[in-house]
Amino acid sequence: MKTKYLMLANGSVYKGQGFGADHDVMAELVFNTGMSGYQESITDLSYRGEMIVFTYPLIGNYGINRDDFESLHPAAAAIVVHEIARRPSNWRKMMSLPEWAEKNDLPGISGVDTRALTKELREEGAMKAALVDEVTDEAWERLAAFNKDTNMVADATTKTQYQSPNDGPSVALIDFGLKNSILRSLAKRGVNVMVFPSTVDAKTVVAANPDGVLLSNGPGDPADVDYAIPMIQELQEAVPLMAICMGHQLFAIANGATTYKMKYGHRGFNHAIRREGQDRLDFTSQNHGYAVDRDSLAGTNLEITHEEINDGTVEGLHLKDHDAFSVQFHPDAAPGPHDAEYLFDEFLKSIEENQKKGVTHA
Amino acid sequence: MPKRQDIHKILVIGSGPIVIGQAAEFDYSGTQAALSLKEEGYSVVLVNSNPATIMTDSEIADKVYIEPLSLDFLEQILRKERPDAILPTLGGQTGLNLAKDLSEAGILDELHIELLGTKLSAIEEAEDREEFKELMERLHEPIPESVIATHLDEALEFADQYGYPVIVRPAYTLGGTGGGIAHNHQELAEIASNGLELSPVTQVLIERSIAGFKEIEFEVMRDAHDNALVVASMENFDPVGIHTGDSIVTAPVQTLSDREVQMMRDAALKIIRALKIEGGVNIQMALDPKSYNYYIIEVNPRVSRSSALASKATGYPIAKVSAKIAVGLTLDEIINPVTGTTKAEFEPALDYVVVKIPRWPFDKFVTADRHLGTQMKATGEVMAIGRNFEEGLLKAVRSLEIGVIGLDDMTFPDWSTEDLLDSLMPARDDRLFMLAELLRRGESIETLHKITKIDEFFLDKVAHLVEIEQDLKDHVGDADYLDYAKKNGFADQTIAKLWGWQSAQDVREFRKGQGITPVYKMVDTVAAEFESQTPYYYSTYEQENESIVSDRPSVLVLGSGPIRIGQGVEFDYATVHAVEAIQAAGYEAIIMNSNPETVSTDFSISDKLYFEPLTLEDVLNVTDLEKPMGVVVQFGGQTAINLAEPLAENGIKILGTSVENLNRAEDREAFDQVIKELNLPQPKGMTATTVDGALEAAQKIGYPVLIRPSYVLGGRAMEIVVDDHELKDYMQRAVKVSHDHPVLIDSYLIGQEAEVDVLSDGQTAVIPGIMEHIERAGIHSGDSMSVYPPQYLSEKVRKEIVDASINLAKALGTVGLMNVQFVIHEDKAYVIEVNPRASRTVPFISKVTHIPLAQLATRVMLGEKLADLGYKTGLAPEDDKVHVKAPIFSFTKLPAVDSLLGPEMKSTGEVMGSDTTLPKALYKAFIASNIQVPQYGNVLFTVADGDKEEALQLAQRFNDLGFSLYATAGTGQYLIDHGLPVEILDKIDESDNNPLQALRDQKLQVVVNTTQVDDRAEEDGQRIRAAAIENGVPLFTALDTVKAFLDVLESRSFTVNEL
Repeated sequence: MKTKYLMLANGSVYKGQGFGADHDVMAELVFNTGMSGYQESITDLSYRGEMIVFTYPLIGNYGINRDDFESLHPAAAAIVVHEIARRPSNWRKMMSLPEWAEKNDLPGISGVDTRALTKELREEGAMKAALVDEVTDEAWERLAAFNKDTNMVADATTKTQYQSPNDGPSVALIDFGLKNSILRSLAKRGVNVMVFPSTVDAKTVVAANPDGVLLSNGPGDPADVDYAIPMIQELQEAVPLMAICMGHQLFAIANGATTYKMKYGHRGFNHAIRREGQDRLDFTSQNHGYAVDRDSLAGTNLEITHEEINDGTVEGLHLKDHDAFSVQFHPDAAPGPHDAEYLFDEFLKSIEENQKKGVTHA
Repeated sequence: MPKRQDIHKILVIGSGPIVIGQAAEFDYSGTQAALSLKEEGYSVVLVNSNPATIMTDSEIADKVYIEPLSLDFLEQILRKERPDAILPTLGGQTGLNLAKDLSEAGILDELHIELLGTKLSAIEEAEDREEFKELMERLHEPIPESVIATHLDEALEFADQYGYPVIVRPAYTLGGTGGGIAHNHQELAEIASNGLELSPVTQVLIERSIAGFKEIEFEVMRDAHDNALVVASMENFDPVGIHTGDSIVTAPVQTLSDREVQMMRDAALKIIRALKIEGGVNIQMALDPKSYNYYIIEVNPRVSRSSALASKATGYPIAKVSAKIAVGLTLDEIINPVTGTTKAEFEPALDYVVVKIPRWPFDKFVTADRHLGTQMKATGEVMAIGRNFEEGLLKAVRSLEIGVIGLDDMTFPDWSTEDLLDSLMPARDDRLFMLAELLRRGESIETLHKITKIDEFFLDKVAHLVEIEQDLKDHVGDADYLDYAKKNGFADQTIAKLWGWQSAQDVREFRKGQGITPVYKMVDTVAAEFESQTPYYYSTYEQENESIVSDRPSVLVLGSGPIRIGQGVEFDYATVHAVEAIQAAGYEAIIMNSNPETVSTDFSISDKLYFEPLTLEDVLNVTDLEKPMGVVVQFGGQTAINLAEPLAENGIKILGTSVENLNRAEDREAFDQVIKELNLPQPKGMTATTVDGALEAAQKIGYPVLIRPSYVLGGRAMEIVVDDHELKDYMQRAVKVSHDHPVLIDSYLIGQEAEVDVLSDGQTAVIPGIMEHIERAGIHSGDSMSVYPPQYLSEKVRKEIVDASINLAKALGTVGLMNVQFVIHEDKAYVIEVNPRASRTVPFISKVTHIPLAQLATRVMLGEKLADLGYKTGLAPEDDKVHVKAPIFSFTKLPAVDSLLGPEMKSTGEVMGSDTTLPKALYKAFIASNIQVPQYGNVLFTVADGDKEEALQLAQRFNDLGFSLYATAGTGQYLIDHGLPVEILDKIDESDNNPLQALRDQKLQVVVNTTQVDDRAEEDGQRIRAAAIENGVPLFTALDTVKAFLDVLESRSFTVNEL
């Protein structure tokens, strides 16, 4: 196996063995603490432009299967692991992770002290990194000059509108880089889904006559997607709205709040969330590097519905006097616990009630 | 929800003696729980019959009762203490069953005592087979097709319908006692009848076999707010079919995709929520390796062995958090003690791999059936942590202390490949080594998978290790291959062997020269996401070392490794006490140990915990980093003491008794010299290095002789032989005699045994108390009932014991502890054995004399003088109460092991009975040992010729008490000839009127059976003993124990005499 190097913006270098695609890559380096679910994470479009360090040391144990993709292609820019399984084993396995990575142009490095690396990221925050064949002055210069793509949603979103037909209520799903798990969660509930590109305007959406709107997750800084704000502002007045992850951040901005970049984000699924007015807490699947600024909520019509129990991160919002709510985490899970899946049911219930209201008013 | 203010005093029930299936893990959980409740301000009353535990230390609870865990005694304690509540879920099955009994007896209602944690109804729903089945059906959670049988016929009918094999699980038994897999009608009839017998509710579950499925375990917590979380997921290396306590287990799960993990997590949380458990639960599941189909196998509504493992594997202290939940706190109110900043409401993320391997007693019980099934046979376990599976596995292998460092140390040279393949199923304890050898011999992973159903992922890990072996052989002295081997867990010793180098030391030096040294990583529950303060580390070969050495001088304490026959929880007790003393003296206390069940491996006990194998290499790696001012080896049993010399050779300071003096006590010749110089009486003894030499020695000494190998652990391979023939047989069967490994031959003196623990600083030698054994010499001291203070020893003998012990302590330069054993022959005390370390009696004698031996010994090792601590040379004043320590056996779990007691230790645990008189104390000891003390009934005598005279007196006493006498022909005739009424039973094969049948018919209440030293294998005797054990009838194989038992019976009854 070929020797590769992981160079960090702070000057650290980790040596390891390359696998998958054999080309240099630069991206923001983040860590994920899930002990399973690498296939879902690697193909989660929210990881676009990011290189994922898996803190669990054995990755690839059950290979890659047909069903657990969150998008068709690798979303992460590269993956960093301690060890890749020699012989993956699972009844659903189609091929090994390195085989798949090679076929799908995903570079990787193994043999890295991922714990030491994670601690660096914890202390200094997510940072730029390069995965290279050789550590050269030129490589350092390139890394220093590297700027993260600010147009990632544009790359991640669907280029055209499409439908995932079903017999239930119709939901317009605005795609900022959506995970298949959101489609699965809706399909399971019989929802007729109409997917729109992130650049869609409210008029187009309303013209499709949806019963509700769902803003999806997506990669990068919500500030880069400010073009979607007017659309959201309009739609939240029209039909019940639910928003997830990037969608949650955009929903907050649309209602006067601001967001900030977290030091190293939440990526994993062992974080518990407290929901306002509910004793029981939920474990949630998370993948976010930005969060809604709690202080910025003052004076807005937003109220906090969910928060992370350790660091108090704003994890859910509700717009007063509206059927509109958002969560920072993924009720659609994949990977991670299903504890908060009921939010989809609540969303559909609000749609149903809204429809009833519509009938009475008519 | 804040903690409850309406309760103040809480009673915690311990789990009693260590038996197979219920070991030190409950000392760990009980100790944690008691401390956790105290921390919240509650007054804690603790009851346990096991004196060898930390939890029964006076510092752990506000009040400690070392009393039998029986309904009567519990009731008495409850009436006296009037606690507001009982926490029963931390004392294993024993604790739960007692809580159930107390509730059913109406005592809890009468005294208004609440059961904390899990409600009884939930316990019943989880444990009662019928209710459990109903619950699962209600929840739509699948369980294997099964039937609850109360009669054998029902069991057979089910199997006829669903086909064999079927699994038999008796209700409410420890560690699956009495269970098994039946492959045909005959096996089912046998296992099911036995299971019905053993089940207190005469109920067995007959279940369709799902052997071969992946066995998955989840440790789950829930609080009163319905918060529920998974602390750990674990996957068994061995598929369903082998008891999880007998399986190699890894955490987290390795071969499951997230979809499967979440599916099973959903099921686990659904179950704990439906049961409304407040605390921890262990849920065992089986997953079809080829589909999403899964089955729920078992739910344990309490902390368990698995939860102890999960706590150590993740750092998440389940018992501690469970106790807090039980008093009303919720998970988001409890701080995660590992990070100190985050909440207990989180699911640990691991960034390492944990491997657990059980420790089986087959090295001691050579006749036992080594096949593994649904009945647990292991006495203990080891855990190891690595950054990959291979590293974890090899570290665990060398932690086992079974004479094996690497997989290549057990290669079955005399076995054909075919034999090995045939032996894979049903599995034996050594299957891992067979797998490695088969891969070495070129068998494919596919072949092995087909036979064993072990996942190819795991088999490949073994194959990888075998490949590395070959790579090392092919690249001698190559640093790159060395580095790779170290990253995969290889020991220096293994590498030396594969390289053909002389010693591990050579590899070590070369390795260090190449800069290949281990780093230590922290176990922090959060995969480094948050900063943690946990001083809990494991070694690996990687980049960053996280174990920062402090400026304070430190002391390293070596633990005692896995629990096994001869080395039990007693040593963990001593280890923990040593740590307390080291901290009190101002040093940093560092522990190294490999046993996940123990208190010593709770990271909150020491300043720093290294969860590591206890081999020379692993200890030296830690001392290289920590540079402790010294190492304490006296408390870790034979494990640690064996490391003293090699550590000293490497320049490590051994605290306390010097290595030279340790050797003088352990080396036979040197020790004889000491005895001679002190002019102490000692049974005549010699050493032999050949078979002929042994014969010659035995003839010189005169038969019977006691024979054993030189370095011993718990009387391993020790036997009494009576003639040349037996001696030759022993030499061939039991030992490999050589110049390096001589055998010791001693005259076997008949008489009582006594022992003392001596605390010495080199000048002052304190004897806290003399312990007198009930059984005479010939029965291992660990298997004898022991009494303090002595009841029958003459003043002269006491003085001899005290003087000899003091002189020995001085002559052997003992600094710390030493144990001396004596045989009292014709009113004279002969020295029979000296162990220059803390012995298994340390907790017992410390508790009954209130002299904290281990702590004092540690202070002495650190330089304090006993005189300054207020102690004088000599025997400490005696207690006015009488205390009896009684051995506990696990014969029900090991059917093929002969229960006849002898010089080989067989017990797994101990209990204590204390009271104002010997009979009262004995009574408690018997009750605590779960030996029924009948008021009347039938006694069977079947004794060796040499014992008949003595047996007559005992039979007479039984007769006087109104017991009816039964006997086998020879014994019976003798008793009849001496005027006793006896019903004679036939030989087993002669008719149905035989002892076996009588036992099965519950006709006998006591069995007294002894055999001549030379007819030990006598078949009827063995079958009678096995039947007595099976049927739960008190069995005595030593007449001295019968005498004690009669003392108790007599003290409890009035005499009825005619005028």
